[in-house]
Amino acid sequence: MQKNNGFMSWVDQRLPVSSFIKNHLTQYYAPKNFNFLYFFGALAIVLFVLQILTGIFLTMHYKPDALHAFASVEYIMRDVSFGWVIRYMHSTGASLFFVVIYMHMFRALIYGSYKQPRELLWIFGVLIFLLLMAEAFFGYLLPWGQMSYWGAQVIVNLFATVPFIGPDLAEWVRGDYLVSDATLNRFFAFHVIALPLALAGLIFLHLAALHSVGSNNPDGIEIKENKDKKTGIPLDGIPFHPYYTVKDLIGLTVFLIVFASIIFFMPEVGGYFLEHNNFVPADPLVTPAHIAPVWYFTPFYSILRAVPPILNSQFPGVAAMGSAVLILFLVPWLDKSKVKSIRYKGSLYKKWIIAFVISFLVLGYLGTVPSNVWGQMPKFIPLLGGLDWATFVARIFTVIYFAFFILMPWYSKKDKTKPVPKRVTKK
Amino acid sequence: MSKKDKGFDKDRRKFLLTATALTGGLGVAAAGIPFLSSMSPSEKAKAAGASVEIDTSKIKKGELITTEWRGQPVWVLNRTDEMIKALPQLDKNLADPDLKVTSQQPKYCQNPTRSIKSDMLVVVGICTHLGCSPSAKIEPKGDMGDDWSGGFFCPCHGSKFDLAGRVYKGSPAPTNLVVPPHKYINESTILIGEDSKDEA
Repeated sequence: MQKNNGFMSWVDQRLPVSSFIKNHLTQYYAPKNFNFLYFFGALAIVLFVLQILTGIFLTMHYKPDALHAFASVEYIMRDVSFGWVIRYMHSTGASLFFVVIYMHMFRALIYGSYKQPRELLWIFGVLIFLLLMAEAFFGYLLPWGQMSYWGAQVIVNLFATVPFIGPDLAEWVRGDYLVSDATLNRFFAFHVIALPLALAGLIFLHLAALHSVGSNNPDGIEIKENKDKKTGIPLDGIPFHPYYTVKDLIGLTVFLIVFASIIFFMPEVGGYFLEHNNFVPADPLVTPAHIAPVWYFTPFYSILRAVPPILNSQFPGVAAMGSAVLILFLVPWLDKSKVKSIRYKGSLYKKWIIAFVISFLVLGYLGTVPSNVWGQMPKFIPLLGGLDWATFVARIFTVIYFAFFILMPWYSKKDKTKPVPKRVTKK
Repeated sequence: MSKKDKGFDKDRRKFLLTATALTGGLGVAAAGIPFLSSMSPSEKAKAAGASVEIDTSKIKKGELITTEWRGQPVWVLNRTDEMIKALPQLDKNLADPDLKVTSQQPKYCQNPTRSIKSDMLVVVGICTHLGCSPSAKIEPKGDMGDDWSGGFFCPCHGSKFDLAGRVYKGSPAPTNLVVPPHKYINESTILIGEDSKDEA
């Protein structure tokens, strides 16, 4: 490149800047057939940076103290210059982070981006998802509103259901006999330093793994298998910069329009991004009438509620909720299909993925409403009489959710796949 | 090839490496103890979790008062004779009428009224499902429907309890409400948080 630039060559001899830019941007070849689903990875990085930035400025005014936390958030909203914008960017950013991550995971799922040789890439991704959920959970306690408080109370009590060590474990997590100042203080520590640091490390590993195996694409074809014989450049690859940096900027623009619209016109999104009850200060003696987690946790919360207590223990429900996330780690080995992308998979897989998406959405909806929304089943029905309809439906979709994964080795093998072309297709 | 090839004793080297790694690992694990134990309740939190005194002579028949112990609501309900008489009739609707889950009450409350004195109910007002605080619905009927005979209703997930804190069948809560350790220090004063030794 610029060999005569004296300053750059001075730097390059001491730090490989130019070769890094070459290897990872200007001569890093990505498949040319990316569609809009490939925006979400880049958007997730932008959101991570935004959350860190807005978080730093919120920390300048926020007080992690049970006596002052709620008031300090109101202080940010009312008295700090532009504090409301920064706070709404952070709260909206949290919700949109999950929108983006769910789309990113869905993309990986349908195009088989977890399959050999991208298993580690996928595992790092699932780890990031897990830590992100923890990060969101810890952060949600900080405003110290009623929903913060009781949400944390319910989730920490999940630990108490673990056989034998449960109650001691919950006490250790809280640092007190109930969610209190000690809990708030440590959640703050986890939220602002421990988890962001771990996330940054995992994101680095996720990207390092990505750049060593290269991106998958909607056709699920390895572009590295078709290289130009002279140059060694993949025939279906284009340099990440400028092609995808510019394309991602378009995606980012559209995203920022949505982001800004929410921040300025509907920051609470009708109680879904910021729950109404969280505008009431935390009160350990009064439980709100209806406790629901923020929308991004509701599919898993529904699974928790759907599983009835077994042998007087809540633990099976908690275990089911945990497995609903942890089972994602196994996907690379559950999928026995010969092809990666949904484009060349048969109708069996398509039916299953549709059932899975529907069950995820229905469980997500059910988690936001009380379990008696649809009333109860008539008493004359044997066994099920008197059961809440919503619980019944949640149980059915919980079974479908798990069946999608557990039966995957069977249906992905049996499925009639189509022949995969040698080169990527482009309409 | 001998073991002492090129002047190295490989076995010896392997042993030294393993021994160093193990010793180092133990050291790191030991260094973790202060950090992990710093997260358990502090001495201050433990002190704040000490016992609470309640004067029951001021509680009228049929009245419920709420006090705080370890930051949790504790209910003290002065049950009327009718309430006590009605308790055994509910047994068939309850998940655990015979108190088989013994962890939910101290030994001295392992009786039909789940109390030391039959009229005075002392329970932790935290639902055994996921830790919400149920609402008191002491009066029969009312908004709970005509077959309701008084008790507690958890608004979070709909668990129901009777006037001895026993859970109804079909509730999400798996067990009866917890009776905290307590004792009478005189005729009418209860100390919540300490076991009564002579009755235990």
